[in-house]
Amino acid sequence: MTNTAPSPRESHRRYFFDKFSITERLLERCLGEALAAGGDYADLYFESVTATALGVDEQIVKSASQGTSAGCGIRVLSGERTGYAYTDNLSPERLLHAARTAALIASAPAKQSVQGFVEAPSADLYPVPLGGFDLDLAARLELILRADRAARAFDPRIVQVRASYMEELRRILIAASDGAFASDTQPLCRLNVFVIAKEDAITTKGSAGAGGRAGLDQFVNTKSPETLAREAARGAILQLRAVAAPAGEMQVVLGPGWPGILLHEAVGHGLEADFNRKKTSAFAGLIGQSVASPKVTVVDNGTIAGRRGSLNVDDEGSATQETVLIEGGVLKGYLTDKLSARLTGGTNTGSGRRESYQCIPMPRMTNTYMLAGDDAPEDILRSVKRGLYAVNFGGGQVDITNGKFVFSASEAYLIEDGKITAPVRDATLIGNGPEALKYVSMVGHDLKLDEGIGTCGKDGQSVPVGVGMPTIKLDKMTVGGTGR
Amino acid sequence: MPQAAAQPDATALDLESLTADVVSLAMKAGATDAEAVVREGDEFSVNVRMGQVETLKESGSRGLGLRVFLGTRSASTSTSDLTPDGIRQLVDGAIALANVTEEDPFTGLPETAEFGSIPDDLHLYYDDVYSLSGPERIEWARRAEAAALAADPRITNSDGGSFDAATGRKVMANSRGFVGGYRTSYAGVAAAPLAMDANGAMQRDAWWSGARRFADIESPESIGKEAARRTLRRLGARKVPTQRVPIVFAPEVARSLIGSVFEAASGDSIWRHASFLAGKLGDQIATPSLTIIDDNTMLLPTGAGGFGSSPFDGEGLPSRRTVVLEKGILRNYLLNTYSARKLALKSTHNASRGLAGTPGIGCGNLYLEPGSLTPDEIIAGVTAGLYVTSLMGFGTNIVTGDYSRGATGLWIENGQLAHAVEEVTIAGNLAEMLMNVTAIGNDLVFRGSVASPTLRIDGMTIAGA
Repeated sequence: MTNTAPSPRESHRRYFFDKFSITERLLERCLGEALAAGGDYADLYFESVTATALGVDEQIVKSASQGTSAGCGIRVLSGERTGYAYTDNLSPERLLHAARTAALIASAPAKQSVQGFVEAPSADLYPVPLGGFDLDLAARLELILRADRAARAFDPRIVQVRASYMEELRRILIAASDGAFASDTQPLCRLNVFVIAKEDAITTKGSAGAGGRAGLDQFVNTKSPETLAREAARGAILQLRAVAAPAGEMQVVLGPGWPGILLHEAVGHGLEADFNRKKTSAFAGLIGQSVASPKVTVVDNGTIAGRRGSLNVDDEGSATQETVLIEGGVLKGYLTDKLSARLTGGTNTGSGRRESYQCIPMPRMTNTYMLAGDDAPEDILRSVKRGLYAVNFGGGQVDITNGKFVFSASEAYLIEDGKITAPVRDATLIGNGPEALKYVSMVGHDLKLDEGIGTCGKDGQSVPVGVGMPTIKLDKMTVGGTGR
Repeated sequence: MPQAAAQPDATALDLESLTADVVSLAMKAGATDAEAVVREGDEFSVNVRMGQVETLKESGSRGLGLRVFLGTRSASTSTSDLTPDGIRQLVDGAIALANVTEEDPFTGLPETAEFGSIPDDLHLYYDDVYSLSGPERIEWARRAEAAALAADPRITNSDGGSFDAATGRKVMANSRGFVGGYRTSYAGVAAAPLAMDANGAMQRDAWWSGARRFADIESPESIGKEAARRTLRRLGARKVPTQRVPIVFAPEVARSLIGSVFEAASGDSIWRHASFLAGKLGDQIATPSLTIIDDNTMLLPTGAGGFGSSPFDGEGLPSRRTVVLEKGILRNYLLNTYSARKLALKSTHNASRGLAGTPGIGCGNLYLEPGSLTPDEIIAGVTAGLYVTSLMGFGTNIVTGDYSRGATGLWIENGQLAHAVEEVTIAGNLAEMLMNVTAIGNDLVFRGSVASPTLRIDGMTIAGA
């Protein structure tokens, strides 16, 4: 970047001001209308998203699509109440109408409105392509074509290959009645490979993906199209000779990286402040208590450069941070947004996120991971007489009220007498959030974050997230297979 | 440039002309075929928690999608900017994107003679969903929660009661002469109470009633009461030992199995060999007691259209009724135009269409034909087994048929529901599970577009303590 280029933040803000004729005066007027019925707080969330997707299938570039949407969500808080309205028409009349609709949540004399905004300094965690969205499609197509070739070359039993590339640029501008003002431009991309393997009557699938808030140069080494293609193909071929997964309680070793989805489901959701404020979470009231083995420390960190779950500011305009959730097995804190911080008198961890301008923000995770321990991964495996070694997973889910969570292994092996033996078919693992991590008896020194593929759903809202973990051993967990 | 200020009012827009105009702009820009779709919707929702309004949301939005063809190359674009500038970008962008795609001989719009729309009124839209005043909507949500809280002293907390209403409109046009559109409506009430037992263990469950017509929604009191009953019966839940016993699926979870059969029978899964049902057309893949229908033209007993009914599919082909499974024999794959061409078959008019992207395959009203046993009779026939009332996770592999999911429910002992069960998985393989359905209930009710009566399946494994 040269000295003459505008600062990134200046360009985020100017986008809305230039393209949609938004002015500071209009923001003040909207916030004034929003508080006309006496709300405690109001904010405006402007969002403009452009998304591109490309797909190669059967060696043909079959699909290409691009979409753009823009809108504004207006929120008014009054005590514990939230009024919300949005519009995809950013004319002053429509914005003021939405503000008046959201204002109806309160019923008191009008509040003094804000005059002037203060934009706090924020991080610069992702390289933002300045000057619009004129993509070099050829460079993006080359990524998926390379993935397609590598997957086909892996093994003649790979009979179907599909590779896709998705990229989005999300611009946001937030102005609040407390004077807060923030803007950001958030790139996000992802490369995925799906394959089908076939041998005689057996058919299996495999997939791999990688991405983050970074440019095309991230797709090298462990994220290169060839690596991802080989990973997907290897997984599918491996499944051709998989045996039935065992059923019942046993020792489980989880590999590093994406298996950290365990933390996301077992503890992460249960520590979101909205559930705890309302006492609907199994973790409510457990701050300061032991919820995991002393070897376990878990953090949520939205400030890692280029990661899929990272953000310069959250969707309320607050800076993201590293928040310690569990330290040495003891529950330390919750993930909060402006509303929960205000209602509970706690600090705001910058965890207020939303899927789009059509959605009300709520406390969410960013990148959630367990810190490394001292054990060697080989020693961990050697210590298991009979158990399961799970290295890759599909999705997971949790019931935050009773704490029960599941996550589904897509690549796992039997461990017999300390050795990895047969690969097993897909199986779901199930546990109880406040109890499961008490059985962590070994923690590896090999902390790894996932490759940037996670999407988290809550109350119908999806947001990109990351997870991570070193190799760990759980002395007890239920494995949901069909075998012995 | 004040683009947004020039945007016409939503109500003033003639959406049919708009889609037709976008199609002709795309053809002028060089497309050999084009298809445009507009979706417009508004929503209202209120959640009342512990007697107080927690969230109130009211809004509307619109979007426009375009698919263009350059011979056998294609691409799509979408936008929320319906100004002339926004539409020009939509068209130019689609043509530019189509130029980077490659020839696919199977791609293209359906043949002209295939297009059509169900002429009968499918009763998809009722304007009474917004007939309640603002305060009355809040009152409905409050009543649902209050009924749940009043049901039992062990109901001590709540995620609230809610009332929702929404209407939508979809219009589609293409360069082969199809123009069609329809409106839809929905209103619903729900409650989600929490109960606590003597040991402080908490459970949560929920219940709801939704309909296209406000007048068809069940009373908030009955919903709150049922939500409380479902929450209370979870109290005292425990793990059971790992074992192989009969599993009885309640309708609200049995429907997900029917959904999995649909997914496995979808043409895109079939031509990719990505389904355990690939190559099984005409085969006996399930026990002869199973008949599964996908009827996109169905009316509910109330006279309103089914939740999955529509006059035409995502490509403009008239909706129809398709037999998926007849007495256990796989009669039809579910197909859109593309997958039909890949398999040298005819579309079953099951195309689904969002704003952007190529059409997918979606079900309309998908259901398993009911049997003659009451749910109680099915449970009474089980000596030891699990009655499953909720499932967790994503452990369904359509390619291999492997099935492994977290389950919650009630233990069956000597034909009676004995105690609550949690933190177990149930596992099997869909191909075997379909052969091992040993009882089908008479309790088919459409609470959504996919429905099933109670089902008993033998031979599955419970993993627990």
